[in-house]
Formats: sequence, structure tokens, C-alpha cells
Amino acid sequence: MTKGIALAGCAALLALMSGCGPKVDQQGFTVDPDFEKNLQQKLLDAKPGSVIDVPAGKYALTRSLSLTADGVTIRGAGMGKTILSFARQSSGAEGMLVTGNDFTIEDLAFEDTKGDALKVNGVKNSVIRRVRAEWTGGSKTSNGAYGLYPVQVTNVLIEGSVVKGASDAGIYVGQSNNIIVRDNRAEGNVAGIEIENSNNADVYGNIATGNAGGILVFNMPNLPVPGSKTRVFKNQVFANNHANFGAKGSAVSSVPAGSGVIVNSNDQVEIFDNDIKDNKTANVLISSYYSTGFDTKKGIAAAYDPYPENIYVTGNRFSGGGEDPGNPTLVPLKAVNGGRLPDILWDGFTNPKIKDPGICVQNGAAKTLNADGPSKFAGARIDTGRNCAPPSRLPAIVLPDAMTKDSGTKS
Amino acid sequence: MIVRLVVSLCAALLLAACGHGPRAVTFHADDNPEKLSAWGLFTVADGRIAPHEGMVTYDLQTPLFSDYAQKWRTIWMPKGVHAAYRPNTAFDFPVGTIVTKTFYYTAPASATDPQTSDTVVKMTPATYQAGVSGLDLRHVRLIETRLLVRRASGWVALPYIWDTDGRDATLARTGADIALTLDEGGKKVAFDYSVPNQNQCAGCHVQDFRTRAIEPIGLKARNLNRDFPGEGGEINQLKRLVAKGYLSGLPASGVPRNANWQDLKIDLVDRARAYLDINCSHCHNPTGAARTSGLWLDAETIDPRLLGMCKPPVAAGRGTGDRPFDVVPGHPERSILPYRLASTDPGVMMPELGRDIEHHEGVKLIYDYILTLKGACTEDDGTGQAAR
Repeated sequence: MTKGIALAGCAALLALMSGCGPKVDQQGFTVDPDFEKNLQQKLLDAKPGSVIDVPAGKYALTRSLSLTADGVTIRGAGMGKTILSFARQSSGAEGMLVTGNDFTIEDLAFEDTKGDALKVNGVKNSVIRRVRAEWTGGSKTSNGAYGLYPVQVTNVLIEGSVVKGASDAGIYVGQSNNIIVRDNRAEGNVAGIEIENSNNADVYGNIATGNAGGILVFNMPNLPVPGSKTRVFKNQVFANNHANFGAKGSAVSSVPAGSGVIVNSNDQVEIFDNDIKDNKTANVLISSYYSTGFDTKKGIAAAYDPYPENIYVTGNRFSGGGEDPGNPTLVPLKAVNGGRLPDILWDGFTNPKIKDPGICVQNGAAKTLNADGPSKFAGARIDTGRNCAPPSRLPAIVLPDAMTKDSGTKS
Repeated sequence: MIVRLVVSLCAALLLAACGHGPRAVTFHADDNPEKLSAWGLFTVADGRIAPHEGMVTYDLQTPLFSDYAQKWRTIWMPKGVHAAYRPNTAFDFPVGTIVTKTFYYTAPASATDPQTSDTVVKMTPATYQAGVSGLDLRHVRLIETRLLVRRASGWVALPYIWDTDGRDATLARTGADIALTLDEGGKKVAFDYSVPNQNQCAGCHVQDFRTRAIEPIGLKARNLNRDFPGEGGEINQLKRLVAKGYLSGLPASGVPRNANWQDLKIDLVDRARAYLDINCSHCHNPTGAARTSGLWLDAETIDPRLLGMCKPPVAAGRGTGDRPFDVVPGHPERSILPYRLASTDPGVMMPELGRDIEHHEGVKLIYDYILTLKGACTEDDGTGQAAR
């Protein structure tokens, strides 16, 4: 009897090992007609504690996946091994839409979604770990907008992930609170990493390169909560000189190609201990919503604060950059600083009702250009009055323990 | 004992296999039957699908567009219970309520077996069926019947796809894509009719992200407040529901009413707002999935900015279509709203689901609406910033 079972087991093993594994079609997709339906079925049946394993393979999906249950983990065999390809997608605004709390996704890839790759909307506790979101045809306006996209999420961890080719932002954390974005690589997107209308974010250990803008901290009008308190540190932000291929009208379309770190209309942002270099517009830009060209008297809520305030730039290692601004209107400003824009470019808009905007730079020899935007650059100058520091520094972000526990690295 | 069990099991199986269900509406409190017939809602016989006792057919002032599919809607409640009126949200329905929506198309007159016809035609006044006593199936391809069932734990959405023999429908929790060709007066458009998966049902029917509770969308006073044929003649549907004992608390006056989007006697703006309400506001409302966009298109919103006037998009990405604002008054060609309504690109189109072809008449309505809006989106470049 035992022998019989052992024999049957051996036969099964042999069948697996002798090349009878999953078949692959001419485009390299795993031939498994029921894969999509079965995966969606598992997502429908998932309950708190469910772990959905997605085996290695490159799978073609045609519809958005969706998950509404709480407490679900989706786990692949590695971001280079388990690939959910949406190159043949016919419906759905994202690759996967999640509206469940306590969500973890790790070790797989989304490729070529028509819209966003992964969107998590309105929940608590989301972990996105070692996930790749990529548009494989390179940087194109026709690519989907966002790669990894939590919005209105409390407690966000995005780590070890890779985002490439998004026609808006690769990693886009919107309207969220308590956020860590670390050790990711963002390349060839319009915006590499964007923190928007969010509060309490730590962005560190990331590599942002080859985007039009590397790391963005933005506040948009007409949203329930204004963002503040973001720390951008220990990142490598270099050569973000890709042409801006964002659709006109999108917020990131206003980003001049060649921007390293941008703070727009956001408050209490610290930029420190980063390596920022060779971003041809400027290594750091600090600007107001007025500089985006999207401000209208009718379309903006009265409560909106368009001014960046209490921004601290310190201890960064800058080199290169500023030689070739991506926005032609900025080119004449090079003359103010002997032929290149300095490391920090500030548009100079300040709230007339506030005495000191708290734009502080203590960064060795790095200079700040105040472009005097309110007078259309008439009084553009190197601003030597920025040597200040905030009264206190922002604390490190702490996430619930369960979110930062990692079951192990996969290649 | 065991034999008897097996026999009854076989009988049950046989029943199910033949597509016969109970002859009366049967509420399933927990299980999700594989076959639609198990709910005892319809009799399909002699070229007709007919509703069973107690089911009330209703229609909406302005419906959601679903690739020109026609829809037959019914509601049923157990004896002795009724819904409580609420002015702005879906009524508070009792446990046991079953709402059905059957999506179907008119097949070409030449189709010998309409249920297997992949070509379907746009509805005309001649092919319109009110559905009060069911549908004449001679030229009908049934696609799917969606159930909304009010259980003790809340509403559940169940999509059933009609079998090729047209006798019964089968539960399809993961949805499906059905390849069809729409014949628009000779012009043929191939499209994928998309049956949503169960979570996608929730994507529209969850109106409040905090509770994540599924609610009906059509069954609101503002959509039902119209005359429609049925028991008691062509009378106001809300009054019919009251007479039937299905609704309590209907006020004598002040009941909201959306416009009929096709009634040219009614103001254009009202028609457009009714269209936006039913097609967009299940997400675009202050607590819906698109609350994150700051664009609210529900009937109650009156602030022009929240309705998109000169409002920059938040996270539209390439959905902007290179246009600067959601709505530019007088300039639909520069407004994002009609661009996304007209698109069929999954990364651009609105609504995000349930549409694979453009609703020409609906897009035209929104286009005309924006044409009538007054004002200009003057840029504020901050040079006069003290004025803010």
C-alpha cells in the first residue's frame, strides 16, 4: 500500500520533471486558459488570512483583477518569475484593484496594463513588496498612468519594488497617511516617485533615474486633505533627464524634464542626506501651484494653499545638473548663476499673509536661486537669506509590526 | 434511509439539470445557486420569459448605458415586509428582497435562433418592450441576469449568464466577456460585452467606502419617480410600490425626480445632470470610489467646481486627452469629461467598466451641456496673489 503511494508520487514527480511542465506559446506566455478565471475566483473566495500563491510563469490577462476581502496576501515566485501581463487587456482601468484592509502583495510583476498597474483604494495597512510594475515597450504616453498606486490608505509600505515606464508616476502615494517608500527603483517614468496630498511619509533608500522628475512631493487642489510632513533622505536621484512624455493637462506634465526632487505646494518637507546629481534642470525644485499653469480662479477651492512652506534642504551631496533646463522659460535664469541653474531652484511665490515661508537650505556650498515668479522672473537672484533650520525635525515613520515583517527575499 | 436520500438527491439534480426551478420566487438566505432557475423568478416557455407572482417590473427615468443593451428590471419582496422611503439614497429594503436586471439585445429579424445570434441590433421604438408581463423572446438574445439579493448580512450581487439554449442562466462569479457585433443601422461594430465579476459588482454598488456595503443604484426615489405601465395602469411607480405594500413613508410632495435624458421638452442641463448622475455618480460622489478625484457628479452636488468647472484633474494620467480641465465652459472639445465618456480605451474611458462602445447620444448630450455653460477658465498665475 505504502509502496503504491510512493510509486504514484514518483510518477507524478517524473511527469513534472520530464518537460511536461507548463507549455509556452509563441509570445512566451504560459498556456493556461483557466489561469485568469481561477485567480479571480481565488480573489473572490479569499478570506482574512488567505494566502494566494501565484506560481512562476508569464500569464496573459484580459480583465482587471479585483480583491475586496480583508487580510489577504498575494505572493508570487519573484518579480522576474511570476508575471501578470496585461498586454492583451480588453477591459478594466487597472491590472489589479484592491479595496480590502491588511493587504500584502509580494514577489510578482504587472506588465503593460492599459491603465494603472496596481491600485489600492481607501483601506488600512497595505504592503507592496518586491513588486515590479513595468511597461515593456519603454517610456510612452500611451502607457498606463500609475504603477503602484495606493490612494487614501492609512499605513503604506512600498519596498524593494521596481517601476518602469509609467506615463504619470511610477510609485504614486495619494491622499494617504503614515507611509514608508524605501529601497525601490523608479526608472523611465514621467515622475519616478510621487507623494501627493499625503501626510507623514518617509521616502528613503530609493534609486530614481531616467525619469523626467525623480521624486515629487506635491499638493493638489480640491482634495479633502492637504499633505505635509514628508522626509526624502538617503536616496540616489540622478540623471532624471527623460523627456516629459506625460499627457498635457496631467499634473506631472508641468514637470520640467531634468528635475531631481520637486516640492510643489507642500509643507514641512525635509530633503537630506541624498545623492542628487546630473539633473539637467535642477537637482532640487521648490515651487508653488502657480508655476504649474493649472491655477484658475474658478476651479480651485478657496481653502487650497498653493505655497510650499517649511522646506528644509540639508546635507545632500549634489553634483552636476542645471545646465540645460527642460522648460525653455527657465533658460534665461542660467545667467544669474554663471551659466547653470544652481542646485536649488525656488520659484519665489510666498503667501503675503505669512511672514516667513521657512524655505531653509543648509547644504554646504549649494546655492538657491529665487526665480521671483511673482514678477515673472524680473528679480531673479541667488538668495543668500535661506540659511535657516526648522525649530524641530520630523520624526521617523513607524508602521505596525505586522507590516514590516518580511517572510524572505526572493530573486 | 440512504436510498431515499440518494433518490431525492438525484431528483434535485435532475430538476436542476432540466432548468426547472421552483414555480414561485424563492429567497436563498445563504447559498448561491448555480442556476438562476433555483430562485424561481421566471418561467421560460413558448417564446416568452415571464415573471412570477409578486415581481414588479420597473424602469428608470434615465438609465446607465451598457453598450446599448436593453434592460428588464424587477423587484420582489417576501410577504409582510416593505422598504422604507429615503429621499436621496436607495430605499432601506427588507431582508428577502430580490432585485433582477436582465440584460438583452434585439437580434436581427433574420436570425433563426436569436439566442445564439452574435449580431445584435440597436433597440428601436418598434422593438421596445416594457416587460411588465415579461419579454417576447422571438427576436431577443438574453445575455445575463444580475441579482441583487438582500440578505441578513447585507446585499449580495450575483451575475448569471444565459445558457445558449436560452432556458436557464448559470452563475458566473468571475464574470465573462461575450463577443458581439452591434448593427447600428447597417454599420457593424464588434465589441466585447463584459459581465462584471462579483467584486466588480461591488465596485459600482458600494456607494460609501467606509461601510463598503453594497446598495442598489437605480432604486432611488429620483430614478423611480415616473409613470410606468403595470398593475393599476400607467401610474407613478412609487405609488404602485406603495399600493403593492412594497414601500412605506412616501411623502405626498417633495419627492426628488431626475429628468428623462431623452425628453426634449426638459431642460438640457437637467437632462445632462440626470445622465451624469446615473452613469457616473455611483463612483463620483463624496463617499464613492472616485471621491479621490474631487469630481462629484451626483444629482445633489451644486458647486460648479465640484462638477468639474475649470477644475484641474487630480490623477487622470493620460485620461486627460491633453486637455487642461474637467469642464471648460462652452468648450466641450477642450474638456476632459466628454473625452473620457467617448473613449473606449480601458486606460482612459469612463465609466471604467461595463462599456466597450461609445454611447453617441449620451456623449452628444454632455457635449451640448458643456456648450451651454458660461464662463472662462482664466489662469491665475499668482502675479496678483494678494487678491486670493
